[in-house]
Amino acid sequence: MKFFTWLSTLDRRYIFLLMALAVIFPLLFPVKIPVRVTPESEKVYDMVDNLEPGDVLLIDMDYGPDTMAELEPMSYAIMRHAYQRGAKIVFVCLTPTGVTLVETEIRTIAEEQGMVYGEDYTYLGYRPYPAAVILSMGQDVRQSFPIDYYGTPLDELPMMRTVKNYRDFNFVISVSATSGVDYWIMYGKERYNFPLAIGVTAVMAADYYNYLNSGQIVGILGGLKGAAEYETLLGQGERAIIWMNIQSICHFLIVGFIIVGNIAYAVTRRETRS
Amino acid sequence: MKKQLPVFLTFICAFILTVQYFVPHRTFEQIYEVSNIWLQIIGVFSIFLGIISLVSQHVMKIRRRNRQWQYSFITLGGLIIMVAAGLFPPLQERGAYEWLYDHILNPISATMFSLLAFFIASAAFRAFRARSAIATILLLAAVFVMLGRVPLGDRLSHGFFPAVANWLLNVPNVAAKRAILIGVGLGEASMALRVMLGIERSYMAGD
Repeated sequence: MKFFTWLSTLDRRYIFLLMALAVIFPLLFPVKIPVRVTPESEKVYDMVDNLEPGDVLLIDMDYGPDTMAELEPMSYAIMRHAYQRGAKIVFVCLTPTGVTLVETEIRTIAEEQGMVYGEDYTYLGYRPYPAAVILSMGQDVRQSFPIDYYGTPLDELPMMRTVKNYRDFNFVISVSATSGVDYWIMYGKERYNFPLAIGVTAVMAADYYNYLNSGQIVGILGGLKGAAEYETLLGQGERAIIWMNIQSICHFLIVGFIIVGNIAYAVTRRETRS
Repeated sequence: MKKQLPVFLTFICAFILTVQYFVPHRTFEQIYEVSNIWLQIIGVFSIFLGIISLVSQHVMKIRRRNRQWQYSFITLGGLIIMVAAGLFPPLQERGAYEWLYDHILNPISATMFSLLAFFIASAAFRAFRARSAIATILLLAAVFVMLGRVPLGDRLSHGFFPAVANWLLNVPNVAAKRAILIGVGLGEASMALRVMLGIERSYMAGD
């Protein structure tokens, strides 16, 4: 009884310490546990894999440093895959805290894959009010983005001369940690009817399965697991796969906390009643 | 006039934008294009309103020496420095904005979000209790989804946890979510109609 009473009033700093160890240990000694690929991730992969050289896709990267750990590996894998298929990419960021971060990520992968700015990829940057921007891009991308992130008029960029609106993109992928995904579904896909896939944080993923089942979105990459699944399918990059082990340990630890906490609660409650 | 003009303008704008959705004519497309541009221009002005509100609130807090008024200097200082670094060319050339972003905003945001892991662990131990049948169902669902979404859970259960997690996400989750969304959609449509007809006027500060 004393043990369970002690357990139920355990100082939370011990819990923090265990959590810190659960994060640090697999980071120091990484192990690769194979990730099972889900159909919703495979659909996103297949969509990118079906691109032909010269095809153009639009990637919206809506996240800041807070959710970067989950979504950056996802963006990297999609960008690598699309470039390797010979596709051209137009990027937007509809989150003010992500504009600079996204620019660095786009540049990193473009340099790694030997892509040329304006010919293979273009970064349009940020404009406020995602719903209005998404709607206006359906008429003409230039309505919201007459110039790109670096201040160059879009018509001066070779790849943008043939791009007017959503009809010129093979599909759109929104990698987002914001409600921007809802806008892409409601104002983008539903109004202009283009294929849309999404990559979201793990906590957001459950909210979008109804759109997947109704066919309104092609596929979902859910959190770091979605990124690890994409890396597995692509056979390149292993950051998300290794980070998934950290998540594995942490999830097991949290489940352990729930079980132990409930046992302590049940025993102390029974004793108190008796 | 003070009340009638906003109601009249709201009705006209809402009516035209509703009608254009159903009429595939060039004139209505042009109206739609212009309204999109207006929407963005008007939206940008709300940023200025936000800045004015933020500044006036914190200046007031400093003047009145409210609780923790010292932090208002950090808020106002952060606002001024980031705007200056983003607007003035000499600072842009020296990469001041990017430096501030990479070395201040980036670590602060990442740290704040990382703390969640510790609070969730603490909450799991102290607060997540099977107090009733419904709480137990919720708890079990959470456990299955948590274990089913990580490779270790998949390996140890030979695919059982992922199968249960996928069923939970695709069946009960979708059913509940659809029911909520249908309700929200109907509510939004009726609220839009109330605003359009001038019945709902809370957007005019409660008039």
